[in-house]
Amino acid sequence: MSTVQQIIEQKLSEMLSCDFLQVLNESHGHNVAKGSETHFKVTLVSEGFEGLNRVKRHQKVYATLGEELNNGVHALALHLYTPSEWRSKQEQSPESPQCMGGSKR
Amino acid sequence: MDIMDTIKSQIESNAVILYMKGSPNAPQCGFSQRASQAVMSCGKRFAYVDVLSNPEIRSNLPKYANWPTFPQLWVNGELVGGCDIITEMYENGELKTLIDAAAPETEE
Repeated sequence: MSTVQQIIEQKLSEMLSCDFLQVLNESHGHNVAKGSETHFKVTLVSEGFEGLNRVKRHQKVYATLGEELNNGVHALALHLYTPSEWRSKQEQSPESPQCMGGSKR
Repeated sequence: MDIMDTIKSQIESNAVILYMKGSPNAPQCGFSQRASQAVMSCGKRFAYVDVLSNPEIRSNLPKYANWPTFPQLWVNGELVGGCDIITEMYENGELKTLIDAAAPETEE
């Protein structure tokens, strides 16, 4: 059986051609059971984001991952860049914040 | 009032409104904390709604906004984004420009 992480990777790479795709499971840093797949960070670089503002880029990804977001994925940090934006960021995406324990509420 | 009308009215009647988990002084999630700090640092008054104590808003705003997660920052009736976008705009100065232009002057 595929992990949620693998499913996210697969769906995103089918959604648009990725120059760079990284899906990190950050659930271990949160107030959830060991081995959970609840908190993810996605960094995705694609020409397909050209001409889309930040909100539209996020909505495109949310639409693709609607099923996962409705079924256990609680947090999804998204860092979505065009290739030239990615180069200007020295190919680094920001760190996710620390958990504050509220995710079970 | 219908919950969607309530949401619409909140968004339309507050130039700057942050939907978050907890409050700016007692955030309940790291993403909400980071977002509220960024908005606070702009130095203007803003409205916020704690979605943990407003479960109806928590469950309906994502449909209204076509945005599944919190926090959500709305300025002048438009969705600006969640934590990742707010943080990026804070770091490059866009957030302060946007909020300065939108927010009413703080009363001394």
